[in-house]
Amino acid sequence: MKARIKFRKYGAMKFIGHLDVMRFFQKAMRRAEIPIAFTEGYSPHMIMSFAQPLGVGLTSDGEYFDIELKEAVISDEAVKRLNAVMAEGIDIVSFVSIPDDRKCSGMSIVAAAEYEASFVEPPKSPEAMKALPPGFGKAIEGFLGREQILVVKKTKKSEREIDIRPLIYKMEADEGTQKIRLLLAAGSEENLKPDLVMGTFLEFAGLGAAETPIHYHRVELYARRPEYKGTGKAPFISLEGLGEPL
Amino acid sequence: MRRLALSDDILLKIEKPARYIGGEINSVMKDPESIDIRFAMCFPDVYEIGMSHLGIQILYDLFNRREDTWCERVYSPWIDLDRVMREQKIPLFALESQDPIRDFDFLGITIQYEMCYTNILQILDLSGIPLKAAERGEDVPIVIGGGPCAYNPEPLAQFFDLFYIGEGETVYDELMDLYKENKKNSGSRKDYLEKAAEIEGIYVPAFYNASYHEDGTIASFTPNNPHAKRVIRKQMATDMAGLTYPEAPVVPFIKVTQDRCVLEVMRGCTRGCRFCQAGMIYRPTRERDIDTLKDYAYKMLKNTGHEEISLSSLSSSDYSGLKELVLFLIEEFKGKGINISLPSLRIDAFSLDVMEKVQDIRKSSLTFAPEAGSQRMRNVINKGLTEEEILKGAGQAFEGGWNKVKLYFMLGLPTETEEDMKAIPELAEKIARRYYEIPKDKRNGKCQITASTSFFIPKPFTPFQWAPMFPYEEYVSRAMTVKRAFREQLNQKSMKYNWHDAEVTVLEGALARGDRRAAAVILAAYEDGCLYDSWSDYFNYEKWRKAFERAEVDMDFYILRERSLTELLPWDFIDIGVTKDFLKREWERAVAGEVTPSCRERCSGCGAAVWKGGVCIESKN
Repeated sequence: MKARIKFRKYGAMKFIGHLDVMRFFQKAMRRAEIPIAFTEGYSPHMIMSFAQPLGVGLTSDGEYFDIELKEAVISDEAVKRLNAVMAEGIDIVSFVSIPDDRKCSGMSIVAAAEYEASFVEPPKSPEAMKALPPGFGKAIEGFLGREQILVVKKTKKSEREIDIRPLIYKMEADEGTQKIRLLLAAGSEENLKPDLVMGTFLEFAGLGAAETPIHYHRVELYARRPEYKGTGKAPFISLEGLGEPL
Repeated sequence: MRRLALSDDILLKIEKPARYIGGEINSVMKDPESIDIRFAMCFPDVYEIGMSHLGIQILYDLFNRREDTWCERVYSPWIDLDRVMREQKIPLFALESQDPIRDFDFLGITIQYEMCYTNILQILDLSGIPLKAAERGEDVPIVIGGGPCAYNPEPLAQFFDLFYIGEGETVYDELMDLYKENKKNSGSRKDYLEKAAEIEGIYVPAFYNASYHEDGTIASFTPNNPHAKRVIRKQMATDMAGLTYPEAPVVPFIKVTQDRCVLEVMRGCTRGCRFCQAGMIYRPTRERDIDTLKDYAYKMLKNTGHEEISLSSLSSSDYSGLKELVLFLIEEFKGKGINISLPSLRIDAFSLDVMEKVQDIRKSSLTFAPEAGSQRMRNVINKGLTEEEILKGAGQAFEGGWNKVKLYFMLGLPTETEEDMKAIPELAEKIARRYYEIPKDKRNGKCQITASTSFFIPKPFTPFQWAPMFPYEEYVSRAMTVKRAFREQLNQKSMKYNWHDAEVTVLEGALARGDRRAAAVILAAYEDGCLYDSWSDYFNYEKWRKAFERAEVDMDFYILRERSLTELLPWDFIDIGVTKDFLKREWERAVAGEVTPSCRERCSGCGAAVWKGGVCIESKN
């Protein structure tokens, strides 16, 4: 039986990298006595897979991992037990069961990620937020209006020029919160990091990318909903939305 | 939410920010308004090393059980953050509250090895605490030193307000209560230190004067304050059952050196190896109750979520309940995906049997610590391990499927001859031959024997405390002798030889048996940029050599000289129970190559029986 766990990461926990978060949850599973299944073999390990690593320094309301259960646990009970053994800066949001089929399970289904970007006072600290410069919305329109947005993407092996425009599903300035909302391609096939988008944008808008500290917050991770194609409904569903409470 | 002492900018720029943010599972938060004493507990090395230390976890737990005390942790900032903190004048802070150390009541520093001495100065310096105790005002923390190096506190005497000699469980409560009382009565720092000096085991260096003979040896060492005791008696928990244990140790976010639950099965060692300081200062051997240990195992695993549990002691094979405890751990936890990590056990049928159960034979290697190559040399150091036992153990292991062996030796031991040195590769050769005696179709390819040597450093409170060391070049030449002899062995292709750095050896030797005059050297080295000396990447022998010159201290005086048996040694004012007479006797027996039996075989009258505990009373019941 598969279960999906959604958690928030904030505060000092943003300095804990992906691998250490995985280690943290392995220990947390034991502390909370969640009946997680192990692999076979000489050194068995927990069956656990994480979605989309979050970079160090980012906070998030929508982090996920899937586990295999040996026996069922009631969702509310599992959330309660896990939250009792969390560190400050990690909260369990939900614990749902997910169908075993490939469309719903496995982290290869991640298709998009939503972020909030906010300008902060140096030295970078998300508590000291700054308002967006005037005319920001217009600049975004201009940016998105371009046919192509070419950037040089550096990997360990090579440098290549790619067009990121089709990977930006949404980008808008929110007047109310004074934040920029981004919906970007994510996952194993195509993945776009928010700092690359913002850096390119600030350069485009002539706002000087380097000296403007920005804090990034992940809001949610989504899977694609192919059956909604052409129905006019949003083509994405949150990973949590694919599950059912236990 | 906790406010962090470092800005996001800094934390995102440095290596492993998790070292500095606190907030780990089981770390203790308290309301500073509702407590009387704030204690910063420090291990002066990087977080991953410091967090792996059991003693700190024990004391952290012990202090925080007091409602009036909040004990927090602090470790050495790594080189990258050190630079930033100096540039931006950020004061050193404790992990839990992120408050500056300078505002604490106490800074307790555990001193585990000599090569951390400059890191101690870094901690004081970054905290904004004057390095010398004499220059400290009323408003800075009382700086306490403890741990094994506190058994010769003299090289560090200037930098500490007081030293706690011995195990932390006995008089810390008294120290804290006294502090509160003194604060209530608006007593001064000096008032407190005078009262503290009256507690058994507490040494206040400022209350003593040392004078020297013309030849540099100590002429006298006497109290200059009526509150100070002439002899400081080490503190020791005689009743292990009365001790507390950290059932919920702090769980780091990042991987640390000791990333597991640790069960301390006993303190002390019955063996009496003559080079071993721990074997003398922690006498008598005291075991923990096996049922209590089993209970701790459950609780610690539940509270931490660790996937591994290990045993800790100086010689776990000598724990009388070892078999039962190990089989219990395997039975109870192996099926739950918990690894049982075995300490280096003596190789016998039992240990091979359990190793087979808990380790992957193909990957794991066996470890022997013969410490010396020849039987003569092993008799000198009183290492009761015979060649026959080694070959028998290795043979059993090889037949059980192992093919990797690690061997640990020391070079530069007292009375060592070239023959003794060459006996190291010869022993490795015999082990290799034992392996190739097994029919080809029954063995697992080639065998791999890795022999490592470190250079022997005489330590205070051991029978070798009078022994001379050698010049740097001599150590290197001895390692070369061993290396050449390895090349001459028939099975040299199955062997590998590693040796430890000789520069560190010489320095560690000078500091280990140093006196008050060494403080100037440590200070000069620190001022010249020495830091993290236990890390080979950062150790700078040249700077240390110059520091000796600048401080006008002769390094050779501390290293090359054979001390006379009548000399007043810097640490003679400390009473560890084991008498100087016993150590002298053992030194003489060593030179004569005579073996002394272990405490369980026969009491040798070392003096530790004055504690009326552990193995000393077992036999008399």
